[in-house]
Amino acid sequence: MKSLDQIRAKYQEEYKNKIARNRIVVGLGTCGIAAGGEKVMAAIKEQIAARGLDVDVDFSACIGMCYREPMVEVALAGAPSVVYGDIFPDKVEKLLDSIVNKTPVFEWAVMQIPGDAAPYEGIPVMDTSPYYEKQVRSVTSRLGRTNPESIVDYMATGGYEGIEKALGLDRMAVIDEVKKSGLRGRGGAGFPTGTKWNFVYGAPGDKKYAVCNADEGDPGAFMDRSVLEGDPHSVLEGMMIGGYAIGADEGYIYCRAEYPLAIKRLNLAIAQAEEHGLLGKNILDSGFNFTIKIKAGAGAFVCGEETALLNSIEGLRGMPRVRPPFPAIKGLFGKPTTLNNVETYANVPFIIRKGADWYSAMGTEKSKGSKVFCLTGKVNNTGLMEVPMGITLRDIIFSIGGGIQYDKKFKAVQSGGPSGGCIPAEHLDTPIDYESLGALGAIMGSGGLVVMDETTCMVDVAKFFLNFTQLESCGKCTPCREGTKRMLEILQKICDGKGEMTDIDTLELLCRVVKGSSLCALGQTAPNPVATTLRYFRDEYEAHIKDHRCPAGVCSALLTYTVLADKCTGCGVCLRACPAGAITGAKKEPHIINPALCIKCGACFQKCKFDAIVKA
Amino acid sequence: MGACMCGNEQSTQDEALAKLLDQYRDYKGGLIPVLQEAQNIYGYLPGEVLQKIAKELRIPFSKVFGVCTFYAQFHLKPRGRNIIRVCLGTACHVRGGSKIFEAAQESLGVGQGGTTEDLRFTLETVACIGACGLSPCMMVNDDTHGRLVPQKVGGIFDSYQ
Repeated sequence: MKSLDQIRAKYQEEYKNKIARNRIVVGLGTCGIAAGGEKVMAAIKEQIAARGLDVDVDFSACIGMCYREPMVEVALAGAPSVVYGDIFPDKVEKLLDSIVNKTPVFEWAVMQIPGDAAPYEGIPVMDTSPYYEKQVRSVTSRLGRTNPESIVDYMATGGYEGIEKALGLDRMAVIDEVKKSGLRGRGGAGFPTGTKWNFVYGAPGDKKYAVCNADEGDPGAFMDRSVLEGDPHSVLEGMMIGGYAIGADEGYIYCRAEYPLAIKRLNLAIAQAEEHGLLGKNILDSGFNFTIKIKAGAGAFVCGEETALLNSIEGLRGMPRVRPPFPAIKGLFGKPTTLNNVETYANVPFIIRKGADWYSAMGTEKSKGSKVFCLTGKVNNTGLMEVPMGITLRDIIFSIGGGIQYDKKFKAVQSGGPSGGCIPAEHLDTPIDYESLGALGAIMGSGGLVVMDETTCMVDVAKFFLNFTQLESCGKCTPCREGTKRMLEILQKICDGKGEMTDIDTLELLCRVVKGSSLCALGQTAPNPVATTLRYFRDEYEAHIKDHRCPAGVCSALLTYTVLADKCTGCGVCLRACPAGAITGAKKEPHIINPALCIKCGACFQKCKFDAIVKA
Repeated sequence: MGACMCGNEQSTQDEALAKLLDQYRDYKGGLIPVLQEAQNIYGYLPGEVLQKIAKELRIPFSKVFGVCTFYAQFHLKPRGRNIIRVCLGTACHVRGGSKIFEAAQESLGVGQGGTTEDLRFTLETVACIGACGLSPCMMVNDDTHGRLVPQKVGGIFDSYQ
């Protein structure tokens, strides 16, 4: 077999030389670009050229702190690398001054990565900073640290060591190693990856496929996007190892079309791997052939379901198939197929390289390793994080996430997207693993965590998710197609203040029926948001029905707006803002809202500068 | 149909389609990429283009139409030069995404799925674009705009012609 040692040594040298120079690295993941990262990078390049500075400009992907984008790292030779947040083009000049003066801009610094240099005082060190202290960085170790479009960076940091090692092993030995690591599917269901590979390995057939599910459709989840944009080669390497283990010679990545940057970087990575003889025929003279193709999704949430995804790759409508036969026996184009999620594949090179024992040392008894989560919603620090399995929700939300925005009260965290459930405050100390979350009625899911505070109405949240699943139901089986629609109608009725107590019983019945009789996971899990909100927030449903009141002040049909006479200055702003002409009052006299005319749009409430309008 | 008939443009489009179909004739599962690229060529999927695809790829027209209407990405009517997708995912929902959508509707004078008369904009909603850390957010073409407030929306549109 051909060895990669020579080229790796060359790339390590190149990489070492690159990071030894004065560098500015701009975070250019989708989030960084959305926050203006490209403009910042252009400004940096322009000013470096104008001032004739000897500084290289490079880019990386998302380091995880979405709430501080655009982020820029300044790495000077022999000094700690300093990461700055909220850097907009107008701040570039001062940032470059700091390079000339060799003193960081302390007030903008988010953290530092000292490396071998002595750390600066007054800037948190990344590993012990509040955001990263409780995190581990393995799958995400290259995110924000290397250039995702450079195979040099990838190979210099251990990349493609896994496939090299795997090709020297017996195929079954690779599967055993993955089994021993305890790795379970990171797409949400948590099926043991090694066992799945073993099924496909044992399935009769001379043609087999390895497919990567990158159709990350759960609203509130962007782990896969971040990994694809930040470390695309790791996903390719994981697929190669999986392909080798099961005996496949072709791989497909099914990526949703809403991720153009991920698709671009994957295409680039595939071309680089092909150039290096890592994809194609007779890889490293081992006799193993493997190619990878990308299929862009066309906008259907149900295609995240494995059999629907296979149909979509085949050019059909993305409707789920009846199982059995399972894809391991009869999958893509009728051949044995393994389907794994992006994060699952990205874990594999690390497991093969560092060993199953290294991996299984992290996590709990039944859920090994780490998990990447996306923390969003009403929390201070929104972003991407990788934590060891078994960490509590409290640690994630309050330590890493920095607590609730505007010091409001925590109400619930929604785990697992439309298939998941809302977990209330009393269960915040639950350790995160597949079984514990399942016991609460939620699921691990792909890793989206949406935090909700006291101003979030749980009936409205349930309605939001049912609206989503109802729209995305493919319509093939009746329980999902009709059940989600009926549940949505009932929830709408409750939000409109027209609900009856028997509606709750009907909802519970429908939850059981849809869960028990739908064809695929989309339908089987669609009732979870309703079931969990009914379980933990029944009082809110009852307040809507019995008292015609929305405790969180969200459901507009149940709100009334009134003017507080003692606070109203009679400025007339609300009167002019009201589209319904429901507000009257003389100048400098307290105004009055006529409830018969009020359409509850909230325009007056938003416009009032004196907090003189209240909704209840 | 609504396809542009002004001579040159149409023949280049038809040429591009013919080339595309040649490329995918013996490709397993090629229908979806063909539809995606055909839509890139024409801006939408006119009826006669669908018929041509069905005939050339030897797939029943009913199947082509079925696939076309199953996926949210395919469009049977002309669309604006700039596609606005306002995110109404969970994270955006709890941070006021619907207010952004209202502001976009107001600014453009069209509703969900609508196209402005000058074909400059088409307004759509999307269930999540994965930029939840910057919610509420929206995409204009391939550009993602985050941390929106309703007042900012109209100004963003101004920069797209």
